[in-house]
Amino acid sequence: MSKLLTRRYFDQIKAMLGKEPEKPREISPAAQKIHFYKKNNRDEIAELKHRRAHEKPSHTWRNRRWATLIFANLLFVFSYWLDIQVLEGALTASRFVGFHMADLNSALQVMLAHKHIITNLLIGTATVLLLWALLGGRTFCSWVCPYHLVAEWAEKIHLYLAKKKLVSDQPIDRRLRTVFWIVFAALAVVTGYTVFEAISPTGILSRALIYGAGLSLLWVLALLVFEVFFSRRAWCRYACPIGLTYGVVGIISPVRIKYRLEGCFHEGDCRKVCLVPHVLDTVIKGRAVEPEVPLGPDCTRCGLCVDACPTGSLSFDIKGLSRLL
Amino acid sequence: MSDKENAPAPAAPAKGKAPVSRERARQGRRKALRTILLTGGVLGAGLSGYLPLVYARTSRLRPPGALDEKEFLQSCIKCGQCVQVCPVNAIRLADLTDGFGVGTPYIDAREQACDFSCDAVQCILACPTGSLTYDKPDFLPVRAGAALPQKPTLIAKMNDPEPTLNMTERMGVARLTRPESCLAMKGEGFKGQARGPGFKGRMRYVKVDRWKPIQVADHPYDVPLCDLCMRECPIAGAISLEKFTGPDGSTRARPIVHENCVGCGVCEMICPTEPASIAIVPREVWKS
Repeated sequence: MSKLLTRRYFDQIKAMLGKEPEKPREISPAAQKIHFYKKNNRDEIAELKHRRAHEKPSHTWRNRRWATLIFANLLFVFSYWLDIQVLEGALTASRFVGFHMADLNSALQVMLAHKHIITNLLIGTATVLLLWALLGGRTFCSWVCPYHLVAEWAEKIHLYLAKKKLVSDQPIDRRLRTVFWIVFAALAVVTGYTVFEAISPTGILSRALIYGAGLSLLWVLALLVFEVFFSRRAWCRYACPIGLTYGVVGIISPVRIKYRLEGCFHEGDCRKVCLVPHVLDTVIKGRAVEPEVPLGPDCTRCGLCVDACPTGSLSFDIKGLSRLL
Repeated sequence: MSDKENAPAPAAPAKGKAPVSRERARQGRRKALRTILLTGGVLGAGLSGYLPLVYARTSRLRPPGALDEKEFLQSCIKCGQCVQVCPVNAIRLADLTDGFGVGTPYIDAREQACDFSCDAVQCILACPTGSLTYDKPDFLPVRAGAALPQKPTLIAKMNDPEPTLNMTERMGVARLTRPESCLAMKGEGFKGQARGPGFKGRMRYVKVDRWKPIQVADHPYDVPLCDLCMRECPIAGAISLEKFTGPDGSTRARPIVHENCVGCGVCEMICPTEPASIAIVPREVWKS
C-alpha cells in the first residue's frame, strides 16, 4: 500500500467516526496524470454520457443482496416454524447447526451490562467477529440486517416524494453515531440494562419475523416515517451503533469495493445511490490519490454503486486475491 | 461538501441572493438542531424502557434457571432460543410494554405452564448468555428461600436412573390465592375438560404418551373430589391435599404447597375454576 493510500486508510476511519472527508493534500503522479488527461478529453466524456443515456440500469448486485438477505432471515424463520433447526434463535444470538453465534453489538451490550461473560457467549462473539472480518464488516448491514431492507424500500418512497418536491432530505451530523455508540455503551455499564437492545430495530424486526409481531414494531415504523418524510436513511446513516461496531470490524476486512480512476467520468451516480456517500468522496473529480483506491470501512459493500456505475469503475475486490489470480 | 450536494435542494432557498456564508451558517444551525432532535428522540425512546420498571407493573414468571430479575435483564440477549426448544411453547417473548424487558422470555402459566415435558430443562441448555443457568456464577448471591431443598424429582422420570431436574433455584411458589373458590375446599368433585373445550394449553400425560404432550382439552377428568393440582403436579412432593370435614359433614381437602415447589405453574394452568384458585407468585421465595 502506498503512503497516500495508507493516509487515506486512516482518514477513512476518521470519516467513519463522523469527520467529513477533505480534499487530499497530495496526489500520486500516476493519478495526477490521469486527472490531467481527463481534463483535456471532453469529447470522450461526452461520448460516454451519450452511451450511458441508452443503458438499462443494472440491478445485479442489489438482487443478489436482497436474495441473500431474505434467505438469511427466512432461514431463521423456517428453522423455528418448520423446525428444520439450521439457524436457531434470532439475529441477536443464534446457533448455526449447533455453533454459537452472537451479534457483536448485542453481545457487547450484554457484556457491559452484566459484567460477566460466559464461554458460550465468547465463542459466539468470536465466531461472528471472524465471519464478518472475512466478509467485510458492514456487509452485515446490507446483506443480513432486516431493517436495512425495509429502510431501502422506505428510501424509495422518500426519493419519489423528493422528486415530487414534497419532502427534502435533511442531513444530520454524522458524528452523532459515534456519540450514540459511546452513550449506549456507557448506559449499559451504568444502568445495568441493555438499553440499546430495547430499541434496536434490527433485533425488534428479527424477533417479529420469527416469533410474531408486537407493539415494538411501532418504534420501527416511527423510524421509517422519520426517514421517509424527514431525513433519508437517518437511522443507518446517523444513529445505528451496530453499524459502527461492524464498521470497525470492516477496517481489517479484505472484502471491499475498489475504485479505478481511469474509466470514471465523475458523473456521481454512485454517490446518489450510496447509503454512506462519504466513502465515495474519492470519485469526485480530482480527489483520487492513486489510480486504484479501495473504499473505506464504513462502506456496507451493498453493491449499489457497482450497479450504478456506467463505466465499471467500481467493483468488488478481495485484498490480495486479485494479485494471486 | 459531501452529503449536502446530493440532497435534492430543500425548497431551493434562493441561491446566490443571500451571501453564501450566512446561508451556510443557517444550514449549519439547522443541521445542529436536527441532530439534537434525533439525539433526543433516540435517547428518549431508549430510556423510556425505564418506565415500566419504575411503575413495576408486572412481575413476570421467568423460565427455569433464570437469574434474579435485575441480572436477568442485564444478561438476556433477547434471541428467543429458549422459546424455540420448549416442547409445549410455554415461553413467550415480552413486548414493548415491558420496557427494557422487551424481547425477554416469560411464562404465562395460566395459558401454558412449564410442565417439564422436555425432561431436562432444555431452555437453560439453549441460553447462550447464562441468563438461564444451571449454576449461578459465584458473585451472584442466592436469595434466602430461593434455593430448592434438593434437586427436584420429576414424577415422569421416577423410573429413570436419573429422575431429577438440574435446577437449584425456584421460579416462584404456588399459593392458594382464592381458597373460597377452590373446588376441593368446597368438597366438590370435577367432571369434564379442566379448562373447557377451547383451551389450547398442552401437557404431557405420562399414561397417555411418555414423550408427546397433548392438549389438556383432550384429556377430560372425572374425580369425586377435585385434586387436579396435586394430580398433575410434575414435581415429587411439591403439593398435597389435606383432608378435613366441612361444617356440613362433607369430606373436603385443602391443597398444601411444600418446599419442593419449583413454581412451574402446572397447578395454575390446570385449576378448573375461573379465575384459578391456585396461582404462582413469580420470584417468590420459600417461607416456612
